[in-house]
Amino acid sequence: MNTKTVGQQENWSMVMRPKKSLFEVNLMELWQYRDLITMFVKRDFVAKFKQTILGPLWFIIQPLLTTLMFVVVFGNIAGIPTDGIPKVLFYMTGIVGWNYFSTCLNDTSQTFIKNASIFGKVYFPRLAMPISIVISNLVSFAIQFVFLLGFLIYFIVVGTDVMPGIEVLLIPFLVLLIAGLGLGFGIIISSLTTKYRDLVHLVTFGVTLWMYATPVIYPMSEIPEKYKAFVMANPMTPIVETFKTALLGVGTVNYMSLLYSLAFTVVLLAVGILIFNKVERTFMDTV
Amino acid sequence: MSDVVIKFENVSKQYRLGVVGTGTLSHDLNRFFARISGKEDPTKKVGVSNKLNVRDGDYVWALRDINFSLNDGEVLGVVGKNGAGKSTLLKLLSRVTAPTTGEIKVKGRIASLLEVGTGFHPELTGKENIFLNGAILGMTNREIKSKFDEIVEFSGVSKYVDTPVKRYSSGMYVRLAFAVAAHLEPEILIVDEVLAVGDAEFQKKAIGKMQSVSKSGRTVLFVSHNLTAVEQLCTKGILLQNGTLVLEGPIHDITSAYKKASVNENELKRSGTRLVEIKNYEMTNMQGKVIDEVFLGENFKINAGFVAKETTDYTDFTLDIRNDSNEFIGHITNADDLFEIKNLQKGEEKRLSVEIKEMSFAPGTYYISLWLGNKYGTFDYIENCIRFTIKQGELYIRRPFPFDKRAKSVLKSSWSAK
Repeated sequence: MNTKTVGQQENWSMVMRPKKSLFEVNLMELWQYRDLITMFVKRDFVAKFKQTILGPLWFIIQPLLTTLMFVVVFGNIAGIPTDGIPKVLFYMTGIVGWNYFSTCLNDTSQTFIKNASIFGKVYFPRLAMPISIVISNLVSFAIQFVFLLGFLIYFIVVGTDVMPGIEVLLIPFLVLLIAGLGLGFGIIISSLTTKYRDLVHLVTFGVTLWMYATPVIYPMSEIPEKYKAFVMANPMTPIVETFKTALLGVGTVNYMSLLYSLAFTVVLLAVGILIFNKVERTFMDTV
Repeated sequence: MSDVVIKFENVSKQYRLGVVGTGTLSHDLNRFFARISGKEDPTKKVGVSNKLNVRDGDYVWALRDINFSLNDGEVLGVVGKNGAGKSTLLKLLSRVTAPTTGEIKVKGRIASLLEVGTGFHPELTGKENIFLNGAILGMTNREIKSKFDEIVEFSGVSKYVDTPVKRYSSGMYVRLAFAVAAHLEPEILIVDEVLAVGDAEFQKKAIGKMQSVSKSGRTVLFVSHNLTAVEQLCTKGILLQNGTLVLEGPIHDITSAYKKASVNENELKRSGTRLVEIKNYEMTNMQGKVIDEVFLGENFKINAGFVAKETTDYTDFTLDIRNDSNEFIGHITNADDLFEIKNLQKGEEKRLSVEIKEMSFAPGTYYISLWLGNKYGTFDYIENCIRFTIKQGELYIRRPFPFDKRAKSVLKSSWSAK
């Protein structure tokens, strides 16, 4: 059989070992599988609306109905002020921004559990899955965003006192931060849920509760001083606030807190990828 | 020149038994404390091999110290009973999960086919699924595009490529899925049981495809319970038993060792009303000496004694002959010789002798099942109770070159020319 000595045989293209070092993250491999990520995004998009009559209209119906509900409940019944901005516009801006975060987090946090059958049969970089989820949610965010712009233009035309500021240029950066936060939290949770399922239950209502700790249905200016520190510790707060400032032209951008969100996102993503990378190798045995 | 492309070095895989999720936190903590104090992992038991019914501790070794290597162009058949560790081995190699100890070294791209149609989405059309599945298996978009027509052609579902696969019959689904996988061009192809589905024609096509893959110098690992397919396809084999590698060698040695092991374990299967009961049976040569092998072309006898427990109108007696892949090869009944067994009185005993002339099945191992009964039901049926070997000899086969093992029978012929 093999007569060569081991010394001459060391040009293996791959060696599978029980444990690899914590920081051995292969992002190059992810790039090689970029076609797969595109295919997953396409699949999500196509499969979501097969056999529906309204198709992609559902992207718009969901934030629209939520906005109407918020206008009635929080605006008219509870009477929470909206910084002088038309209620519809105020809520919808918050909802569209928040929605992208919550869908990213919810969907990616199920990565291992939902895809156990496919992960159990074939290898590809597992990160391809959550990344494709974030991208396909970006598509729905884009559609909702365009819809929101439509509303904004309507309100400007009828002469309401709203005007997007120069901060609009920050929006791509904000979207990146939202995606990063959603992905970061999502992959950490999905890694932990392979062993301890408790988190699944926490996530579903936790995300809803989280929204109330973020200035989506109320403006930052309405928060009592003693809660301010708590709300500001939430990395989503500066993002949603800046998002509103950019589109609606109220308040000013607090760059310090935005920097905090950025730092938070970077650290979270790094930790998330490390944990995910460690879990992906043997999660099939415990999931 | 052949080169080692896969090498398993002391590979083991441990699984936890029972409900995962209860007590895992305490186990994790135990393990963690052991590690920081430099002790050995307390949950790793030594010397517990994988006996599925023996629960020694909460952990089980699905694979234990596996060592083997494989050269390029070789087709390896992995043989073993359920639970022997075959699937675990393939899972480790296809990187679905990591080994507990040891190393697996690989040269080249691996494509694994542990299941056909992995990632197929029912709502997507055949065409969309070809691209999706191809990408999951590791092909780039460009590769799939260049092979798209070939894939559709091979699958034979070209009429329906724009129909969602949820409308496909299960056969079409499998054919399409296999077609995608078959057009991968990895250096190493891993295949698990995919041939269990699909009709005979498609199975033939699939085996042919895998053969051509190996002929082009690529390496194939194949797991199947279909021993005929394994023998057709593989050049080399390994036999797994309870997670350990017990034998490695040419495929025919492996499959026959596996068959031997599995027959010895099974008790004889017997069924029927026993109104008439088989008392004894034997295989003899023409001189009456008990034998368990015959030469191809020879005559031999099966003798069977039976007793009627009740008065019975008539009974038939048949012999079924199966080969060692459990394929039904021959059927003999008294009715074909216009021989009748009639009017059996209660307590009456008879002794039958059946002469079988010029045995013409291909050399190999065979099993005879005995059946007593009539059109109203089975009196006594003993499955695979006589095991015998047909040896080649020189009565029928005289060619100087080896007999083609794919042939199931040998026909005596005489030749002339004018």
